[in-house]
Amino acid sequence: MTLGVYISYRILDVADLTVEGSITLGAAVCANMITSGNDPVLSLLIAFIGGTAAGLVTGLLHTKLRIPALLSGILTMIALYSVNLRVMGMSNVSLLRMTTAYSKISDWLGVNKTISVIIIGGAAAVGLVFILYWFFGTQIGSAIRATGNNPHMVRAQGINTDTAIIIGLMLANGLVALSGGLIAQSQNYADVQMGTGAIVIGLASLIIGEVLFGKRGFKSRLISMIFGAITYRIIIALVLRMGMPADDLKLFTAITVALALSLPRFRELRDTFKASISGRKRHA
Amino acid sequence: MLEIKNLTKVFNPDTINEKLALDDVSLCLNPGDFVTLIGGNGAGKSTLLNCVAGVYRQEGGSITLDGQRLDRLSEHKRAKHLGRVFQDPLMGTAADMEIQENLALALRRGMRRTLRWGVTSEDKALFHERLAALGLGLEDRMSVKVRLLSGGQRQALTLLMATLKAPKLLLLDEHTAALDPKTARKVLELSERFIREMGLTCMMVTHNMRDAINYGNRLVMMSHGRIILDVNGGEKRKLTVEELVHMFSAKAGEEVMSDRMLLS
Repeated sequence: MTLGVYISYRILDVADLTVEGSITLGAAVCANMITSGNDPVLSLLIAFIGGTAAGLVTGLLHTKLRIPALLSGILTMIALYSVNLRVMGMSNVSLLRMTTAYSKISDWLGVNKTISVIIIGGAAAVGLVFILYWFFGTQIGSAIRATGNNPHMVRAQGINTDTAIIIGLMLANGLVALSGGLIAQSQNYADVQMGTGAIVIGLASLIIGEVLFGKRGFKSRLISMIFGAITYRIIIALVLRMGMPADDLKLFTAITVALALSLPRFRELRDTFKASISGRKRHA
Repeated sequence: MLEIKNLTKVFNPDTINEKLALDDVSLCLNPGDFVTLIGGNGAGKSTLLNCVAGVYRQEGGSITLDGQRLDRLSEHKRAKHLGRVFQDPLMGTAADMEIQENLALALRRGMRRTLRWGVTSEDKALFHERLAALGLGLEDRMSVKVRLLSGGQRQALTLLMATLKAPKLLLLDEHTAALDPKTARKVLELSERFIREMGLTCMMVTHNMRDAINYGNRLVMMSHGRIILDVNGGEKRKLTVEELVHMFSAKAGEEVMSDRMLLS
């Protein structure tokens, strides 16, 4: 999921709220398909495709209809709420005792649930970093990166920025929906509310990743996103164990992200403050 | 080759800020023309260039390049035929991408982009050679992020990107105005060299009268959205800055010279 947010927020420079809906969409699609007896791995693929469709809607609203990116995302997110209810048929679906991708691995390798979560999570992370690194190194991928960087230059080089943004948003939301599907399968349930705050969690992981694990090359950036997400989970687990009520979790996350995002401004204020002090000293 | 006919551009139409930026402008460029476009602030030079590039849509008139109606194409489709360098050195390159990645984007201008790897080893060899020709030592820093380059280096890189695939028409929009005089001179000389060596057709907007006289084979002066002077070849070579200033005040009818023009 963090990788999805990374694509929209850092590469495309768009805060895409669609993810709040597409993560649930992924979960809903998996829940629907698994309860009706389909293969859980296939359901993940369909979840990914569903997410790209959500990204396509946001992309079209933003580029072709010129609705601001933030609002386009909100519109799709709200619309997805109804879509998700339709897909699930009710507000939450239990997947207990059903065949999920995790139970398949458990049966196959004879390991317990926790190990299979680690195996699938690890494989997904490594695989996605690899695929994304390849994709953003291609001609199309470079064009998308450049679009987030400098749209004027990109148009002057004959690239359709609208198309680039749409592809980027589709990929981002596809990844988020895929992770929604994985979450539903590991938790054994899908809930229509589960997407609330997803963008903030994604941003938190992104920022932690950048701060702790650096942002030098593109490859190391992608990897740091993964470690950022893991670190975020560890922090949350620690805070909960220290006795913070689970109800306060989202408030805690929001405050953390707000602080992290305002760091550059704090640095600026500190520097002007320092400058004014040293200036006064010189005058005295 | 480039035919601009009765081009009209109005900014903020039907409001109190309405401004007629281009007033029935017609201009014809011959293949190999290197036109310097001069005029005061708000004369419409940059607007003219941006209309050709497709940044703005005109209200009336037509732009034809080699028989093709350019004004019916979107900005990114026109880019196939055009090389552009902007006034702001930050505008022409993607700051967070490597020098070679920027060049690779430019190399495929007007071509279909595929899922093939962005920068191949043949590309790198080509870039190395072209960068070496700039004489700025950039050929040994190809994997450096463009953000770390100076304004002059970025402008030279943008110029190289604009001409990497020979464009039918090169548009230089005051591309040395933001540079210090020494760097500006270097970038200008580089521009002239590229234009000469590749036999490009070029329109260069400038505020600097001396540059407008020294470079190119044709000088076009604009004022209030109209072309007021168009001199060619030998006649242009004999021009002096004083004459140009004189002609400008005579033609424009009033004293509308900007300080920037007089100072330069």
